[in-house]
Amino acid sequence: MDAIVIQILNGLDKGSAYALIALGLTLIFGTLGVVNFAHGALFMIGAFCAVTFSKFLNLSHIVIDETRKDFLGNPLKVEVPYIYDFFGQATGDAIIDWAVPLSIIFAIPVMIAIGFIMERGLIKHFYKRPHADQILVTFGLAIVLQEVIKYYYGANPIPTPAPAAFAGSFDFGAMLGFDPNQIIYPYWRLVYFAFAAVIIGAVFAFLQFTTFGMVVRAGMADRETVGLLGIDIDKRFTIMFGIAAAVAGLAGVMYAPINSPNYHMGMDFLVLSFVVVVVGGMGSLPGAVLAGFLLGILESFASMAVVLETLPGINQIIIYLVAIIILLTRPRGLMGRKGVMEE
Amino acid sequence: MFGLNKRDFSLLLIVAFLALAAPFILNPFPEGSAMAQFNAGYPDLMQRLVIFGIFAIGFNILFGLTGYLSFGHAAFLGVGSYAAIWMMKLLTMNVIPAIIVSVLIAGLFSLLVGWISLRRSGIYFSILTLAFAQMSYALAYSVLTPITGGETGLQPKYTDARILDAALEPGQQPRANLFGVEMNDGFELVMGNWVFTFNAGYYIAAVVMLIAFYLSIRIFRSPFGMMLRAVKSNQQRMNFTGLNSKPYTLAAFVISGMYAGLAGGLLVAMDTQVGAERMFWTASGEVVLMTILGGAGTLIGPVLGAGFIKYMENIVSKINETILEQWFAFMPDWLGDFMVAIIYPFIGKGWHLTLGLIFMLVVIFLPGGLVEGGQRIGRMFKRKQPQDNTPDASKTPAE
Amino acid sequence: MSFKNLTRRGVIKTGAIAGAGLALPTYLRADGHSGFTNAPQGDTVTLGFNVPQSGPYADEGADELRAFQLAVEHLNGEGDGGMLQTFSSKALDGTGILGKKVQYVSGDTQTKSDAARASAKSMIEKDGAVMISGGSSSGVAVAVQALCQEAGIIFMAGLTHSNDTTGKDKRANGFRHFFNSYMSGAALAPILAKEYGTDRKAYHLTADYNWGYTTEEAVRSSTEAMGWETVNAVKTPLTATDFSAYIAPVIQSGADVLVLNHYGGNMVNSLTNAVQFGLRDQTVNGKQFEIVVPLYSELMARGAGANIKGIIGSQNWDWSLEDKLGARYTGTNAFVQSFGTKYGFPPSQAAHTCYVQTLLYADAVTRGGSFNPCSVVEALAGFEFDGLGNGPTLYRADDHQCFKDVLVVKGKENPENQYDLVEIVEVTPAEQVTYAPDHPQFAGGSLGTCNPGA
Repeated sequence: MDAIVIQILNGLDKGSAYALIALGLTLIFGTLGVVNFAHGALFMIGAFCAVTFSKFLNLSHIVIDETRKDFLGNPLKVEVPYIYDFFGQATGDAIIDWAVPLSIIFAIPVMIAIGFIMERGLIKHFYKRPHADQILVTFGLAIVLQEVIKYYYGANPIPTPAPAAFAGSFDFGAMLGFDPNQIIYPYWRLVYFAFAAVIIGAVFAFLQFTTFGMVVRAGMADRETVGLLGIDIDKRFTIMFGIAAAVAGLAGVMYAPINSPNYHMGMDFLVLSFVVVVVGGMGSLPGAVLAGFLLGILESFASMAVVLETLPGINQIIIYLVAIIILLTRPRGLMGRKGVMEE
Repeated sequence: MFGLNKRDFSLLLIVAFLALAAPFILNPFPEGSAMAQFNAGYPDLMQRLVIFGIFAIGFNILFGLTGYLSFGHAAFLGVGSYAAIWMMKLLTMNVIPAIIVSVLIAGLFSLLVGWISLRRSGIYFSILTLAFAQMSYALAYSVLTPITGGETGLQPKYTDARILDAALEPGQQPRANLFGVEMNDGFELVMGNWVFTFNAGYYIAAVVMLIAFYLSIRIFRSPFGMMLRAVKSNQQRMNFTGLNSKPYTLAAFVISGMYAGLAGGLLVAMDTQVGAERMFWTASGEVVLMTILGGAGTLIGPVLGAGFIKYMENIVSKINETILEQWFAFMPDWLGDFMVAIIYPFIGKGWHLTLGLIFMLVVIFLPGGLVEGGQRIGRMFKRKQPQDNTPDASKTPAE
Repeated sequence: MSFKNLTRRGVIKTGAIAGAGLALPTYLRADGHSGFTNAPQGDTVTLGFNVPQSGPYADEGADELRAFQLAVEHLNGEGDGGMLQTFSSKALDGTGILGKKVQYVSGDTQTKSDAARASAKSMIEKDGAVMISGGSSSGVAVAVQALCQEAGIIFMAGLTHSNDTTGKDKRANGFRHFFNSYMSGAALAPILAKEYGTDRKAYHLTADYNWGYTTEEAVRSSTEAMGWETVNAVKTPLTATDFSAYIAPVIQSGADVLVLNHYGGNMVNSLTNAVQFGLRDQTVNGKQFEIVVPLYSELMARGAGANIKGIIGSQNWDWSLEDKLGARYTGTNAFVQSFGTKYGFPPSQAAHTCYVQTLLYADAVTRGGSFNPCSVVEALAGFEFDGLGNGPTLYRADDHQCFKDVLVVKGKENPENQYDLVEIVEVTPAEQVTYAPDHPQFAGGSLGTCNPGA
């Protein structure tokens, strides 16, 4: 029982990352009809927003400490962050400690700007082009983005810890009434899950309860008619692209403390997030979210030692196996609309 | 001739000429010159160029004609490779059984995958093929290690059974051969400062590629090819006329799977080893990119795209800082350093960046891929002689 | 405007016959008179350095390439000579190899066996490289080693830790300086017993591929031999990025030690996850819960950040070795000094093994008096040397594996500077990690005989 509860938690957590990325992908699929292979790269750039912001907070000047030696035996050059000079060491450390949550503020405008630039500068010209061309251009863009990041940050993962207040774990099981010390769960993963829930809720609320969202939904259903009504649907779609980029970016920022960011983390997620979107059904936002959580939970269950003993290697293929089964039993995924990306 | 019309036949002749003269064409720069870095006329790369050409030609039969975008074709290449290496380990180092078996096994596997995946269309089909390929990769890399060698892959060893071959002399290595002609055999032709390498393995692969190319022209021009195009343009209308499109698309899928298996078998014949990475989704993605980059639906495009990507991978990645410094050694120091600093991010470990930029540039400025680039250049010359400008020829010379 | 002739064939140009002259088969074949592949002609010799430049191990590859460049400099008599001053064999004098100036070509393995072979083949066929070195994974090492055997080229393996490289996939033309899974297990076991006691229950997470299997087997057998119990061993996919589903059940299993048979990004992520899940704060069976990482590297330690503190693992070499443990490990400081002065940071163990392999190859050629692979094999097999940073070392003739002391290290609690990430717990002497050539963990292979390519 404990083992199952904890894998459900893990699944929800993994699922939140899948769901957030898939949500952004579906927004772009659904609104613009563009297969965006650069979406994983947006997730990666989000994580690197956190890295960059923490680098920025750590900008340092060098003080030579004669009493200590570096690896060559020369006097050690100690780097003192400028932030110490402004706020003193204690406050400075506290700010640096909170770099990841603070970088959300930094990431939102950056990601929206990147989304706008991508859409206006590149994607716009590909609406009428075949999907194959969209794949080629966005894949090229994804490679370029990740190589630029690699050029500046290297290929090695960069540790980006959560604030000390959220760094540890606690006995989540005891809170739910299980035996103590059986379900220990990290704070940050719960934060991630809550954060994902808020973002997903906000996107749905935005689309459901605002006039803007209503128009966008109408545009998703029938772009031409909405255009004929004299509504500048293109502009709204650009904004939706910015929002999708921001959702992917925020998913990345908050993911940084869970796994140290590296330049190819976007590619690692790309294929999975496409599977999630398609299993959820093309053009369906709830489908994408549902599939994200479903596949996350199934993947976690498949990783259990008991399961692996009976079915060795199932953890390697579970997602794809489930995807095949779902697509064969439900032709358009879980909640897909007819005619979207079926040609 | 050969059942081809005049234009197709001249295209086949051009490709045959390019393939047979490749050792000259790919080695345009004299040895020892700064530009020799860009020579591609060494056996391994020439072999890879034609083998991936075959892979892309096969992929194009499915994608270019029917519009079905498979994201799992690398699995067929990989399965073909494993079949070939096992033939070499168990039966003989002769490449013929290896290649035949690799085509057959890949054909069977693609029949299974195609039969299931073709129940869906569009992106649903793409994801189904991707799922099969990723499962193949993951299992080959881990659980199936006893059969596939896993991470370290499979290579022939002199201790293998090889029931048809005579025992090797001590110290001899098992080498792939065609009735005694080893894939590594060949000779070098020295002309002044130029050295041209003629390699048995390459010519075997090139001849296979020409046959594959010829077959693909025949398929493109056949009623079957016409039916496949009908699937692409409007499957529904086709179904309404009472035609069942499934057998046609499945046949196309299996044919292209067999092409992939052929490429996989040839890869093993030329370089006797298999690793599971060749089934990873990036490998499937690569053949998609090759086809689109060259020009999907055109006959010659996929071959160009395959050649282009493999050339970049093997040539640009090998340029390092030292070589760069030698190039600019003639410049004043500050200018040389500046040039090195500018170009350095794009070469060596930055070759992916160059590749990504080229993908974007090609698709932005040449919507039809490299073939369209060729056509534009062709038109530029034709404009000077308007009497030649027949609209038909300029629009679709390659198809 | 002087361009160096980078290729073997470039040298041909002066004596080339104008018009059409047919030469004998050359590539992957003997050069007629010389009797082996790519015999260096003229006054230069070309070495091929095949390292990962893209993909997850790109940083490790970059460090390897730096070490190779340094080795080439030192062989050619430039720079401060590095380990040439401390090397026990004095055959090398800074005039290149056998009087030929050393040049090199580099390529990208992409950490894929196919790409690595393509890159190595281009070095052999196009550039005329007479030796290939480098690499950052066992899959690549085994694939390229088999190629070199076939082509008649010497392969000096870079970072490869799987038993298979000098076990079931060993080849006569291939040599490994780096240590292996068995040695990690044998070196770790006594120290783990000392630090954590002999009645521990271990839970293994193992990367689901060859290297993972051999490492798990080695660590299991050596820890079980001293009394540990293995509660469970779960395989994790190479492509996994989030290990929460594998880490979370560990506590419930009743284990009190977690062994992470992971490398690179896998290890960084699994260790980070394990620390997040608070495993190290737990007390199980009345004992403090501990995590062990059999194979350590500086880059992994950097990627894992603060999570690495106090984690025990094994290493082939560390830049602080001579400072901490004295003159037995002479050579270390000479290398760190020249590497650090040139690049501004200390070398990694991957850089060290690549540098040493290059020197060992050059030395073997010089002592044997020929670039012929068979002469190199003869000179290196059974070669005993010292002064290359690992103390007295033997290149065993039976499997071309180096036997030397193995470091057991621990993530440092209070680093003095940003490179000071590990502290050395103890050094396990070479005798304790030596095994019989026919040990079951290495069974199934055969070295064969050297192949000069003729």
